[in-house]
Amino acid sequence: MLTIIRERMRQGHRTSKFPKVAPQLPERFRGLPLLARDLAPQTYEAAVTGCPFAALSMNGEQLRIDLGRCLFCADCPAVELGALSFSNDYRLSASRRDDLRLTDATYRLADKLNERMLKLFGRSLKLRQVSAGGCNACEADLNVLGTLVFDLGRFGIQFVASPRHADGILVTGPVTENMQSALLDTYAAIPEPKLVIASGACAIGGGPFCSSTEAHQGIGDLLPVDLYIPGCPPHPYTALDGLLRLLGRI
Amino acid sequence: MSLSKLFRFRHGFAVPLAELPQLDYAQFSESLLADVAADARVACYFGRPLPKGLELYAILAHDWKGELALLRTKVDHSIPSLTPQCPQLHLFERELAEQYGVRPEGHPWLKPVRFHKSWIDTADLWGRPPGVHPIPGDMEFYRVEGEEVHEVAVGPVHAGVIEPGHFRFQCHGEEVMHLEISLGYQHRGIEQLLSGGPHPAGIYQLETTAGDTSIGHATAYCQLLESLAGNEPPVRAQAIRAIALELERLANHVGDIGALAGDVGFLPTASFCGRLRGDYLNLTAELCGSRFGRGLVRPGGLGFDLDGALPQTIADRLSALERDTRGAIDLCFDTPSVLARFEGTGTVSTDDAEALGLVGVAARACGLVRDARLHHPFGAWEEGFDTPVIEVDGDVFARGNVRRREIYASLALIKKLLKRLPEGPVRSPLGPLAGDSLAVSFCEGWRGEVVHAALTDATGRIARYKIVDPSFHNWSGLAMALRGQQISDFPLCNKSFNLSYCGFDL
Repeated sequence: MLTIIRERMRQGHRTSKFPKVAPQLPERFRGLPLLARDLAPQTYEAAVTGCPFAALSMNGEQLRIDLGRCLFCADCPAVELGALSFSNDYRLSASRRDDLRLTDATYRLADKLNERMLKLFGRSLKLRQVSAGGCNACEADLNVLGTLVFDLGRFGIQFVASPRHADGILVTGPVTENMQSALLDTYAAIPEPKLVIASGACAIGGGPFCSSTEAHQGIGDLLPVDLYIPGCPPHPYTALDGLLRLLGRI
Repeated sequence: MSLSKLFRFRHGFAVPLAELPQLDYAQFSESLLADVAADARVACYFGRPLPKGLELYAILAHDWKGELALLRTKVDHSIPSLTPQCPQLHLFERELAEQYGVRPEGHPWLKPVRFHKSWIDTADLWGRPPGVHPIPGDMEFYRVEGEEVHEVAVGPVHAGVIEPGHFRFQCHGEEVMHLEISLGYQHRGIEQLLSGGPHPAGIYQLETTAGDTSIGHATAYCQLLESLAGNEPPVRAQAIRAIALELERLANHVGDIGALAGDVGFLPTASFCGRLRGDYLNLTAELCGSRFGRGLVRPGGLGFDLDGALPQTIADRLSALERDTRGAIDLCFDTPSVLARFEGTGTVSTDDAEALGLVGVAARACGLVRDARLHHPFGAWEEGFDTPVIEVDGDVFARGNVRRREIYASLALIKKLLKRLPEGPVRSPLGPLAGDSLAVSFCEGWRGEVVHAALTDATGRIARYKIVDPSFHNWSGLAMALRGQQISDFPLCNKSFNLSYCGFDL
């Protein structure tokens, strides 16, 4: 017992001060992309065709990036062409699929829930997580939110074991053919009113498996989504930031 | 007598298919069984469709020779199953049946593996309607009959933040008589997506084959492409790949020990290790911006260098982490009530482990010396790895203790590698891939050996890409571990294996 207490004292207090204090992310962390404007049309064209996941497209004469499809690749062809650069900004979550399509410097982050939903869930949000083809990176970095560094419980958010106990569903993975019906069943088992959160590039748009015939390119129209958390996988602070925005805590 | 051809696979080495004799199936099976009876095990076994019929390849690992035996043959719609004589082939033959409709006659357990449509136009062996996607878990489960026997079905959706899979227990009271595991829910068709490549998206699909083994699978993939292109990445890149692989092992092993402690209700270690796991992931993020090592390992070398102040930063942070890690882990391994729950729980015998062809942590916990870093080294491992961690009891404690000792070994290895980091570039351009060739690559990921094999067509495109995640062999080990156990010990046993669903499902 004494050894346990001594070790406990030595390990110290490790819970982060987020959201009061912004987290220090590694220098090489790739966050919100910044688009270069007014480049030659050929450069843009090369950037658009260079992305293996069709995250880039043209918006008139300027470039548009879909953060729902972007994997924040280290070797992004568009970065090499100078058409975009990744900032260190981990805040990426959005409320609408359209908001993920970024055309200029203003990115619309997730809104808080409406008054009625906030009254219900603002101080206590229980989520059921379903992995529908997720590679265990999204899942692992959601599990991390439960550790003492992030301590999700202090915000009243918790992952629960049964959909019957849940206020919403958090989906990862591109929704494989083999998981579609289990996903829909789990959603149906959650009492109304309920939230849907799509976490990670796979759940939003299929991610690296957007061209697979065994997967559905993410949730798409299968379920009505309330919060999109981009990334491959999203950094735990990206996910936490999104959840807190949804609850109006940031 | 065995007609297999032995090869020593290293970086930059591929076998022209013309050098591989085309055996008939009788010779093929006789050679395979003779090799396995001697000292080999099945590392990989796969088919490649021909205009008429199917070509079969077997890759057998002769661990102590450090060599691989290659066999190939041509078959039609049906083959005599070798599973009764060689149980470690059971899933490989089921896979073949599901992918190409080849019936292994006499297979004792012929059920679908991943529940997808067959890859070629052929009759479905299970009589499922054509044109409709198979329903996962739709198969005959093994059933024990008896007055007080009951069945427990768990999944696909589980209680935690975890991937999906279906578990069917046959129980008498609390005691589990049999566990059958039915997977496939995570199937994304990765091997199919990789054919015709290398595609620009390929490396990302490999990094997410099993997201917790991004470095392991990406390294195996890059080694394979480099072998087919006949070039070796710069030595500095090889050393940094080894460092990243050990960081991945550290993060996962530390997390697993925390989870094991959590499952027996020992919370100090559970919460310390949960935090420490993240700290190890953050070291990988310092290196490449991603906690899972995405973007680091690239064909021809690396996407990032370990330059500037980084080696020192990582060394310093590792020393601090080592102190905390040892404190957290020793606490748990010094507590009698924890050991009482670990010891004698979920035992797999050495004989069963050998018969099922277990690999990695699960095999080393059963006394089997199986470590690709020792037997089939690529890259930096070639110049010496001589300390595989072996335990003999085959129980939860043994699997936990292999992890504990490997954590300390990895910390020492990284320090050594950081001190002797070679100078030079970290990437060299990859040439075109050799045509009509076969290459095999091994990488000892944190769960066990990741084996990739690829066949190229005449133009050097990938004709067939085969991935064997360690979980493919080891799920059967978990099923064996549960025999005679209390069903309430399933979470603990499961955690002690901590296998990948998506690595199995592909």
